[in-house]
Amino acid sequence: MILADTGAPTTAKVVERLEHEVEAGTVPADGEAVQARLIEILAEVAATARAPIDLSGEPAVLLMVGVNGTGKTTTIGKIAWHLSKEFGLSVVLAAGDTYRAAAAEQLAEWADRAGAELVRAEEGSDPGAVAFDAVEAARARGADVVIVDTAGRLHTQTNLMEELAKVRRVIAKQMPGAPHETLLSIDATTGQNGLRQAKIFAEAAEVDGVVLTKLDGTAKGGIVLAIADELGIPVKLIGTGETLEDLRPFDPTDFANALLTD
Amino acid sequence: MFDQLSDRLQATLSDVRSRGKLSESDVDAAMREIRLALLEADVNFKVVKTFTKTLKERCLGADVLGSLDPGQQVIKIVNEELTGLMGGTGSELAFASSGPTVILMAGLQGSGKTTACAKLARFLRENGKKDVALAACDVYRPAAVDQLVTVGGRVGAHVYEKGTDADPVEIAAWALEQAKTERRDVLIVDTAGRLHVDQELMEELSQIRKRVKPHDVLLVVDAMTGQDAVGVAESFADAAEFDGVVMSKLDGDARGGAALSVKAVTGKPILFASTGEKLEAFDRFHPDRMASRILGMGDVLSLIEKAEQQIDEDQAADLERKLRKNQFTLEDMLQQMRQVRKMGPLSGILGMLPGMGAMKQLKNADIDEGQLDRVEAIILSMTPEERANPGLIKGSRRKRIANGSGTRPQQVNQLIKQFDQMRKMMRHMTSGKMPDAQQLAAMTGGAPRPKVRRR
Repeated sequence: MILADTGAPTTAKVVERLEHEVEAGTVPADGEAVQARLIEILAEVAATARAPIDLSGEPAVLLMVGVNGTGKTTTIGKIAWHLSKEFGLSVVLAAGDTYRAAAAEQLAEWADRAGAELVRAEEGSDPGAVAFDAVEAARARGADVVIVDTAGRLHTQTNLMEELAKVRRVIAKQMPGAPHETLLSIDATTGQNGLRQAKIFAEAAEVDGVVLTKLDGTAKGGIVLAIADELGIPVKLIGTGETLEDLRPFDPTDFANALLTD
Repeated sequence: MFDQLSDRLQATLSDVRSRGKLSESDVDAAMREIRLALLEADVNFKVVKTFTKTLKERCLGADVLGSLDPGQQVIKIVNEELTGLMGGTGSELAFASSGPTVILMAGLQGSGKTTACAKLARFLRENGKKDVALAACDVYRPAAVDQLVTVGGRVGAHVYEKGTDADPVEIAAWALEQAKTERRDVLIVDTAGRLHVDQELMEELSQIRKRVKPHDVLLVVDAMTGQDAVGVAESFADAAEFDGVVMSKLDGDARGGAALSVKAVTGKPILFASTGEKLEAFDRFHPDRMASRILGMGDVLSLIEKAEQQIDEDQAADLERKLRKNQFTLEDMLQQMRQVRKMGPLSGILGMLPGMGAMKQLKNADIDEGQLDRVEAIILSMTPEERANPGLIKGSRRKRIANGSGTRPQQVNQLIKQFDQMRKMMRHMTSGKMPDAQQLAAMTGGAPRPKVRRR
């Protein structure tokens, strides 16, 4: 579990629980039974507060947040593709990363592949305004879903975290109750710092769920167990590659199994 | 964080001082705490195991110096070992003797390669390389080429690009030819982020390497990387034979244990640290700073060093004996004060203390050094007898001392009162209780309460 980045406190907690159960005799003291029970416990921890992604809004507004390089834009491209090609929904993307060079071009390419519409503004313009315009455009055209991209930011940059809170407020001004779903992207290779990321992003942007990205490597993404355990924020989606199809709903049991295998 | 490690080590080792040496069980207990701290910092599990083994050997039987408590002693050894392990002496980029120096950048997706390319270009231009060019070989990520062109432009580096339809190996080779003809000093080759288990892309990286024969291959590693850093580093070492590492996103609050893991398994030095959104936030890597960061200790290490250099061990032992017997005098206080002041301005020293740094009022405290000068003057105006027995100081003596030191009798009184308080507190300390922050503040040489500077 440590090698999977689950972290010492969560690992200790799970192991202690398992020990108690074995001592109490509710789990037979043999290797296979213990491993099976361990996977159950891990899945249980991972499955905290499970809820599907809320698409009931008209349009449903999704906000994507996270640290630099964790895969926000790519994830948005994949979500847009799934919603549009598999569910036949009309999707508007908002290029809210107005900071990084060529971020809007990157999102434009994904919008193109997914058949989604893109709302963008010049580099350096206000991300709140882009989000506002996108929601407005989606409402005017009767689109089903708006996905708002944001610039990657380290959770330690207080002013940028405040900007995120402001983007939320601006969206709510255009459409009360929105954003309906705020997703935090966490890179599976992230270590213990992931917990800090989740905590501070949740404080600033009321995160509803995590998208665990880059699970196609050797990293297990165990930090999301600590996030679920300590903060009660569930994983909703996992990213497993660079193509549009490589996005899946999170399955706690599969995840727990993978966590313990090499 | 360090407060935790430091406090836990001190608690674990509290009874060592009386024995003077660290025993095996002391060291085992300390190693447990260190193991946890390193895991918390994302140092790879296996690296932690090997590291604590070496560490244990060094700690066993180590003398506990007079001026350091056993916890600090262990931390000092840990820090030396960590710095040594990450250090490598004076690692530098290799430069070509003639023609352009070629630097190949590699790493996982999202580790920060493209940004690092531009930052490195800027860094080299600032450091004497006039003409730095970039080659855009990331043809996979949408708009990666655009991004490099934009950031390259910002740092004044020419960007060689062929869009996204050409083969990355060919682009790299072509860019090198161009760089040669155009007599560039340096060519930095940006590559696509790739997973270390993606054989096809790792092979491509290896091909680029063979074609452009880089003088340096740099692996960009995200400071937030967890346990997987080891596997990643090993695979990239195989495919790209990298020479050094750039740690990115060090401006966050990750403890950066990945730096240690990568160095430990590949032996390759960490050359650069990337520390912010701005393109100038890029500098040479300092192993000592990273060591204390991994341990989460701030500047406490420099404080330990300073204490070691400045405080005379015999004097410290003498003082301790006096404290125990409650024979501490104003003369001792004067000497103590001078010792402490040798370490630098008090406000700086307080800031370096773990726990203190977190206390807002102390952070902004404006400690009046003039007040300390006055205290010195007052004590110096006393006779040796008065210094040993402040109880003697009444009416006319007080007046004389005030006159002699250019102060007022009330100030002399105040000092004597504070001295009494201090003695009382020291009795507590020697009986094992720690003074609280208020008392500590009162102790720092007579400033009754730190002035809070308005910001």
